[in-house]
Amino acid sequence: MTGMSSGIQLTPQTAKIVRIQRIQDFLFHKLTLFFASLVLIVLAGILISLIITSWPALSEFGPGFFFSSEWDVVNQKFGGLTSIYGTLVTAVLALLMAVPISFGIAVFLTEMCPSLLRRPLGTAVELLAAVPSIIYGMFGLFVFAPLFAEYVQPALTSTLGQVPVIGALFTGAPNGIGLLCAALILAFMVVPFITSVMRDVFEIVPPVLKESAYGIGCTTWEVVTRIVLPYTQAGVVGGIMLGLGRALGETMAVTFVIGNAHRIKASLFAPGSSIASTLANEFGEAEPGLHYSSLFALGLALFIITFIVLSAAKWMLVRMEKQKGAKS
Amino acid sequence: MEIGIYNKRKRSNRIGLTLSMFAMVLGMVVLLWILFILFTKGFAALSINFFTESTPAAGSAGGGLANAMVGSLMMVTSCTLISTPIGVLAGIYLAEYGDRSKIASITRFVTDIMLSAPSIVIGLFVYAIYVAQVKHFSGWAGTLALALLAVPVILKTTENMLRLVPGTLREAAYALGAPKWKVSLSVILRAAKSGVMTGILLAIARVSGETAPLLFTALNNQFFSSNMNKPMSNLPVVIYQFALSPYENWVNLAWGGALLITLTVLGLNILARVFFREKS
Repeated sequence: MTGMSSGIQLTPQTAKIVRIQRIQDFLFHKLTLFFASLVLIVLAGILISLIITSWPALSEFGPGFFFSSEWDVVNQKFGGLTSIYGTLVTAVLALLMAVPISFGIAVFLTEMCPSLLRRPLGTAVELLAAVPSIIYGMFGLFVFAPLFAEYVQPALTSTLGQVPVIGALFTGAPNGIGLLCAALILAFMVVPFITSVMRDVFEIVPPVLKESAYGIGCTTWEVVTRIVLPYTQAGVVGGIMLGLGRALGETMAVTFVIGNAHRIKASLFAPGSSIASTLANEFGEAEPGLHYSSLFALGLALFIITFIVLSAAKWMLVRMEKQKGAKS
Repeated sequence: MEIGIYNKRKRSNRIGLTLSMFAMVLGMVVLLWILFILFTKGFAALSINFFTESTPAAGSAGGGLANAMVGSLMMVTSCTLISTPIGVLAGIYLAEYGDRSKIASITRFVTDIMLSAPSIVIGLFVYAIYVAQVKHFSGWAGTLALALLAVPVILKTTENMLRLVPGTLREAAYALGAPKWKVSLSVILRAAKSGVMTGILLAIARVSGETAPLLFTALNNQFFSSNMNKPMSNLPVVIYQFALSPYENWVNLAWGGALLITLTVLGLNILARVFFREKS
């Protein structure tokens, strides 16, 4: 609207309307800009407020806070290693189980599923992603853990537990709840997230590419592993990282079944704690002071870890989209 | 020799596809298993009292979740009222004004991160900036935490939906001499209405089931209260506390609440899908 004055004679009335509209436009632009930048302000606010509130603990214990496994509320000695260890172990184990299953489901939905079933099954997987995490927690505690203790854990001890070296991972009392159980529940939770990303990226593979492979006699499995997977590599990794980000920060599903103990044991059957579960359990009782500020320091660590993982995921997925744009 | 290779390829194909099918079956079994448990245990807990009475004191029989339902409803409603304008306007900025500008691409990036950021950290943040300052838990703090989770969902869907509106529609409106704000609000946003509604419904579904951010903000209230400035009872936190309690009637109420929440969230998701399908 800037070139309006050139050559055209505006009546005073029109000029007034134009002026008002320009002011309105300017205000509306700045208003929307303000709301958009709110997102950035919140991110900065989260980082700053977490750093400020966790400062007493960080300056008292130094960087050693993240490498000390001592968590002693009575003697006011705090170290985050047990929680960080529990967070990483449960999230990584959950992914080890969830990735093959998600891959299988995505392959089934894109390559094998009869078209009649494709939509309902796809919707069902997405609904699984919408189930609130506290439901997974309750399911884990009341239904899954008892069955896990009675059948799965003894079976694991008597088989994998006898293997040298890794056997130590599967020993100990079969209580049900513990690191492994938390990882399994997390796996149930992240499967839908990873599946829906994988399915979406599988669907952007140009049909011509797949048809050519079928044309030279490839089997479906070969098309999936040699054509679809290499083509969608970045997107698949992005989806996995997205799942990892979710698994790291999940609170409710883990808090119910991890056992909440501040110890690092070799066995995966042993109860442990994750950053999120420690926060959920102890924040209510924490006195202002070192305990309180140590919990904030844990929160800060969690936020930074997930931020890095999610940024990597986003970066991978953007690369995938660019590739899609370039080829089509 | 060639027959050998041929058979090997066929075999690995069969194994791969069978495992994929197995994965799908496993996924469905888990979904049905969870829903089955939820329905059997949840429906057993439902009664008239469940909807009319407040949460019982420790050890006393009966009781319901009326206070928690009202609290959740109030917080989710006010969260929606706050986050909708923010999310929609910010979405308009990204789609109509910012486009490829630096601030728009950074905002887009951060929004995607915030979509999956750990919700418990959002709770910590609101605790630090609000609850710790006014020195009491409150319904408003819970609302604020939920709004921080809802805005990215609404923002992202709004932007995507506005981008689907054909450019010719914009040009037609400009050609009539409409200013940009009017084009954005009365033409583009209206054309993308059902898509934006989808985003809002998904955001409501997302925050209805969130527990972690409410633990440090709204906390809980054993009694019926509609004062947003006081600690406020809400379904997720009540479920959390009751499920981990030693009292059998509390655990039953938790299952009832869990069923209620899941039905709400799944219902909203299905509604959002219907909205979206009507559009496309």
